[in-house]
Amino acid sequence: MNLSVTAHSVAEPTARSKRIASFVVVIYALVTILPLVWIFLTGFKTPPDSIAYPPKILFEPSVEGYVNLFTTRSRQTPEFLESLPPPQTWYERLVRSRNMVIGGPSKVVPRFANSMIIAFGSTFLAVCFGTIAAYAFSRFRVPLADDLLFFILSTRMMPPIAVAVPIYLMFRNLGLTDTKLGMILLYTAVNVSLAVWLLKGFMDEIPREYEEAAMVDGYSRLRAFFKVVLPQATTGIAATAIFCLIFAWNEYAFAVLLTSGEAQTMPPFIPFIIGEGGQDWPAVAAATTLFFIPILLFTILLRRHLLRGITFGAVRK
Amino acid sequence: MAEVALVDVSKSFGAVDAVRNLSLSIANGEFVVLLGPTGAGKTTTLRLIAGLERPDRGNVLIQGRIVTEAVPAERDVAFVFQQYSLYPHLTVYDNLAFPLRSPARRMDEQLVRRRIHQVAELLHVEQKLGNRATALSGGEMQRVAIGRALVREPAVYLMDEPLSSLDAKLRAELRLELKRIQRELGTTILYVTHDQIEAMTMADRIGVMNEGVLIQLGTPREIYERPDNAYVASRLGAPAINLVPAELLAGGAMPPNARTVGLRTEHIRMICSADGPGPVAQVHWVEHLGDQNHVHLKIASHSLVTLADPAQQLKAGDRVSLAFDDPLYFDQAGNRVAANESGRQA
Repeated sequence: MNLSVTAHSVAEPTARSKRIASFVVVIYALVTILPLVWIFLTGFKTPPDSIAYPPKILFEPSVEGYVNLFTTRSRQTPEFLESLPPPQTWYERLVRSRNMVIGGPSKVVPRFANSMIIAFGSTFLAVCFGTIAAYAFSRFRVPLADDLLFFILSTRMMPPIAVAVPIYLMFRNLGLTDTKLGMILLYTAVNVSLAVWLLKGFMDEIPREYEEAAMVDGYSRLRAFFKVVLPQATTGIAATAIFCLIFAWNEYAFAVLLTSGEAQTMPPFIPFIIGEGGQDWPAVAAATTLFFIPILLFTILLRRHLLRGITFGAVRK
Repeated sequence: MAEVALVDVSKSFGAVDAVRNLSLSIANGEFVVLLGPTGAGKTTTLRLIAGLERPDRGNVLIQGRIVTEAVPAERDVAFVFQQYSLYPHLTVYDNLAFPLRSPARRMDEQLVRRRIHQVAELLHVEQKLGNRATALSGGEMQRVAIGRALVREPAVYLMDEPLSSLDAKLRAELRLELKRIQRELGTTILYVTHDQIEAMTMADRIGVMNEGVLIQLGTPREIYERPDNAYVASRLGAPAINLVPAELLAGGAMPPNARTVGLRTEHIRMICSADGPGPVAQVHWVEHLGDQNHVHLKIASHSLVTLADPAQQLKAGDRVSLAFDDPLYFDQAGNRVAANESGRQA
């Protein structure tokens, strides 16, 4: 039987209502994108321009923020600067023009790497565990399945800050404080509940006849799972991965509490980029812009799957 | 030797007995159809043989080997599902190749290609091998699904209403094709359906099931002409057999313990006048089907449905007298009792 249930309104939208709808969408898009544009532009301002009031819409672009983000610098006396050999690179010249010298690279690269490793690592694990658990809940008669599913969901109910202290103590006892492994495990634990629930919905939609046919055709259940179920679950897996990644990438509270050096991720790092006389706003904006890129790329990469994923439950093939 | 045998198999799901004490044996090259309404236990029977369900009691034998505990991959069976039978992420070719590439019976790719082309030719889907499985029409999909079973040479093919999701024309075509293929290849098939025409036309033997019990097993003729009981009689024949109380048509060959008389359309002769020797009925309604008319009759407070030639100008309100040829008789419990030989033909 070919069930096709399409949701469409009874009346075709009129040209007028289409215009109103697109107007609303455009306004909404502008409002949401404005802060991002603001941050992006601030990244290319000089520190004085960045705090100028009224804010400067037109300004002379500068990469000072990016240079400051990637370096540590110290102010020197003009006499000392005179004594130095002439600057070798364009960024040295830029720093010298502010009467400073570059002390070395900043921590942004290792922090960014931490974010990548922790966010993608925990997303990978959460999606793996989520897929396996969701398959089990969807296909087998798991004793107390409903209670277990509720328990899994309940792990997400408390605000993170409520469990921060016990988790901190646990991490200290286990020697996981400020380790990438610790953060991966923590984010995996938080995300796995979301992954199980999301993926269970997708697994339930995949008719079990597929893997039964594969099993009769000579495949073990595990092989049938990989050969037949997984390829059809890609949509759900992609959607779930994006949700998990966004959480792990943006998570702030636990990162502040549990990381300080080795395993520090970008969210706790960015607000503490200090320049002379306080916050170095262009550097902060530059870091935020860079921080935004991986999630953007990942989402664009999986967009096709994601869009299909969101409508998966509504549209029957 | 029996290809497949079920020995006193029972299976329940919670409080529901899906299959009860089922014993069935299918010979090599035989086409057996299980016929019954939804929930009769037909599909469960197939799944028990395939190993997709474990019986609570009893044994399953395939080619003389007890496979009750074996996983599906270890049993030499092929399964055609009612729907969702093709892997949507694969092409038709890869769908057909899927069983041949399984770890259980990996085959040389050259050989795989030859087999697939043979089967594709048999099923007239050669042109579609490169298509994605989702880009096929319903009939093509189901042919490919049958093809995926045919590329293998299993001990038995298990088919679960493989034609039920198709339209009537295609169903009739594939029915013939399937029977032809089965004859040509001499395959053993256990086929599940609730469609009596499929059962009558394809089966070597029909098993009628209801509520998890195999009620009668026999050739289509046996099942149709000598049903064990009123239930089996009512499963076959269109329009369905008329079951009327015995006292309505007393006399003739009626055995003394008959309580119900089963009248198929061919048992009823209508005489278009109210002064025949038999009981008189009133025409209540006439359904015109083109090639034939269904005539709904009222006799006392009971309804009968029979066939009439469209040329016969019957209309509602007409009175006809009826004569009966060799009807079926059923006792109190619904079991069939033989007609009284001495008083045949009323």
